Amino acid sequence: MKKVFGRPKSMKNTIFHYCAGCGHSIAHRLIAEVIDELDIRGITIGVPPAGCAVLAYNYFDVDMIEAQHGRGPAMATGIKRVLPDRVVFSYQGDGDLAAIGIAESFHAANRGENITVIFINNAVYGMTGGQMAPTSLLNQKTTTSPTGRKSLLDGHPIRISEVFTLLPGTAYIERCMVNSPASILKTKKSIRKAFQYQIEGKGFSLVEILSPCPTNWKMTPVESCRWIDEVMIKEFPLGVMKDLPAMEEKEEKKGGKTS
Amino acid sequence: MQGNKIIGEAAVLAGCRFYAGYPITPQNEIPEYMSERLRTVEGGVFIQSESEIAAIHMVAGASAAGARSMTSSSSPGISLKQEGISSLAACQLPAVIVNMMRGGPGLGNISPAQGDYFQATRGGGHGDYRTIVLGPATAQELADFTMDAFDLADQYRTPVMILADGMMGQMMEPVIFKEPKPRVYSDSYMMRGAGKGKSKIIRGLILDPLDMEEHNWTLERKYRVIAKKETRHELYRTEDAELILVAYGTAARIAKGAIKRLREAGLKAGLFRPITLWPFPENELRDLAKVFENFLVFEMSTGQMLEDVRLALQGYARIGFHGRPGGVVPTPVELANVVMRQYDRKQGIIEHY
Amino acid sequence: MIVKTIFSGFGGQGVLMMGFTLAHGAMNAGYQVTFLPAYGAEVRGGTANCTVAVSDDEIASPIASEPDYVVVLNTPSLYTFQNRVAPGGSLFLNSSIIAVDPSRRDVRIFKIPASEIAEQLGNLRTVNTVMMGAFLKMAGLVTPDIYLSSMEEVMGSKKRSIIDVNHKAFTAGFEYLEEST
Repeated sequence: MKKVFGRPKSMKNTIFHYCAGCGHSIAHRLIAEVIDELDIRGITIGVPPAGCAVLAYNYFDVDMIEAQHGRGPAMATGIKRVLPDRVVFSYQGDGDLAAIGIAESFHAANRGENITVIFINNAVYGMTGGQMAPTSLLNQKTTTSPTGRKSLLDGHPIRISEVFTLLPGTAYIERCMVNSPASILKTKKSIRKAFQYQIEGKGFSLVEILSPCPTNWKMTPVESCRWIDEVMIKEFPLGVMKDLPAMEEKEEKKGGKTS
Repeated sequence: MQGNKIIGEAAVLAGCRFYAGYPITPQNEIPEYMSERLRTVEGGVFIQSESEIAAIHMVAGASAAGARSMTSSSSPGISLKQEGISSLAACQLPAVIVNMMRGGPGLGNISPAQGDYFQATRGGGHGDYRTIVLGPATAQELADFTMDAFDLADQYRTPVMILADGMMGQMMEPVIFKEPKPRVYSDSYMMRGAGKGKSKIIRGLILDPLDMEEHNWTLERKYRVIAKKETRHELYRTEDAELILVAYGTAARIAKGAIKRLREAGLKAGLFRPITLWPFPENELRDLAKVFENFLVFEMSTGQMLEDVRLALQGYARIGFHGRPGGVVPTPVELANVVMRQYDRKQGIIEHY
Repeated sequence: MIVKTIFSGFGGQGVLMMGFTLAHGAMNAGYQVTFLPAYGAEVRGGTANCTVAVSDDEIASPIASEPDYVVVLNTPSLYTFQNRVAPGGSLFLNSSIIAVDPSRRDVRIFKIPASEIAEQLGNLRTVNTVMMGAFLKMAGLVTPDIYLSSMEEVMGSKKRSIIDVNHKAFTAGFEYLEEST
């Protein structure tokens, strides 16, 4: 009998510790599938964050080095500059990337480091137990915004993808989600493109993934998926924010026609 | 050659191929020098990072990837780097960190000081760890110790700090660069992609307390080996001395000047100069207490190394202290005068700490 | 023997260059040397200074609390350093710019109209070299030959004409004191 579905080779044979309905495990799997498909397991180095995905190195069967909270892009920079022919990705949550590590992320993007950042945005601090994140929505209740996030007190949710798009150093930025089979497939495509661009030396790529956190949202997994569709994407619209390599290709073609 | 540039040149000669740092006075010549010098060597990478924090983590990444790596800063910047230094120690990654100390706490000032001794020798960041700390006092030692620092970092897979001060960084003295030793560092410690083999993990997160404890003891066993094997000190005119000054770095230079004046005035003083500040040469200092009864610690701080001296001497001798914090660099004359006031042939050290 | 000298003037007058070249020359003459420039906020605009220690033995402290020589190129430097000179030491002034008289009576004072001399040579920027000529005449730490060859080394690939005018400036300073003392 032909095997049609199995564990990606770049994934270890371990059970995820993630909660039921959590988006991390899906994102992990997609990355591993992409690594398999691009046949880059042997040259890939991953940098997991502090946060729920802190144990990501137990799941990926590629070289992985722990970063302190928020410092993934700095560490990835160090690795990539020393080993420019390796594929280096950092995997970060919203606290890691958009709060404590905003400087490292922003400047790695601005330098146009040829790395890939997978950004899991679930609008909440997962591992520490549901505190407010920089991406928490206005009026969203968390354990540190019990009456809902108020802009006057807590500021506004940060749209990382949009902000990073403005940096000339970034090559490819897309916001996706993982709450349905279709959206998962789309996300995989995006991750693949990001890795592909890195291999081609196109520069900094970031894939933001809106990801369900049923435990801290205090919803069922199904409700969580619906909440992304109905609420979250209003604040965080989906789509390709920037695809410099594709744009340049288009320009070239155009230029070719006229000449 | 200027002290800061000496460090840069010695580092590159020792095989340093990665430098990341953030400008802060009085060590700006190190990043400036490295930005130019690393372009001239194959595989050399220089990054002006967005912060000292980013710099130390870039260094960690580069170190894991197998490059000899260095960062430098001055006191406030070193405070920021502590997160990364703790992480380097936990992950057993080699790196060299240069601290050109200035006055503190807080922003303090940019004048030479020695107020970071506690931070450097006690670990500095969180958790059970130690950092090897070398305290150079001359331009020649800046060159030699920078090279040694890379060797020690590799040998023990641990961060090594050069603890100097703003004056040493700015001062120029002639220097001869020694022949660096070939690097001894196993590829198996490097993270360069799994290839066809097993994937590797470098981490300091060990959730099981018993496993974490074992990791702590593993590190501690390493630190004990370092303490046994790598302790260094210098003795200066102690053979016929009646009083021993204890000082390191720039303060030790001033002490040597004071000793000459004291001897001219008929007081035979000598110097015990710790070269490794951690591991502190406590046994060697204690041995001196078998012969000498009077010691005087001199630091450009309110008295930090003083505590190590007191621990080492354990009440066997009388200990005096003179400190000038805040970026003040006292003269040999001042120190000589203080010694004469603080020491009485009959009584010994008058104000005993 | 240990001799400490402080050079001080406006930023841009070349006082760091003076000290550095002296240190270089003394090193070439076989001495132990330290060169310590003032750094940081002190030198961002305003006055620059440096300390050179020359010794035939290990140099303990590179700082000069009582320098044997002080060479000042502007008035603020005179005020800052005149009280530091060791009794019996020497103070060299650029008298073209410094109109005031030093307050010290226990040191030897040498006034050199260095800016005028430099101007006569056609290059005002050689003020520092004129002062060096006069200074070395009295201090004698290194011979003119060693100093000038060190200066060429330090100046590196600078144009021959600039090196030549500095040679002239040095000689003019050197000879000025000979004539007047």
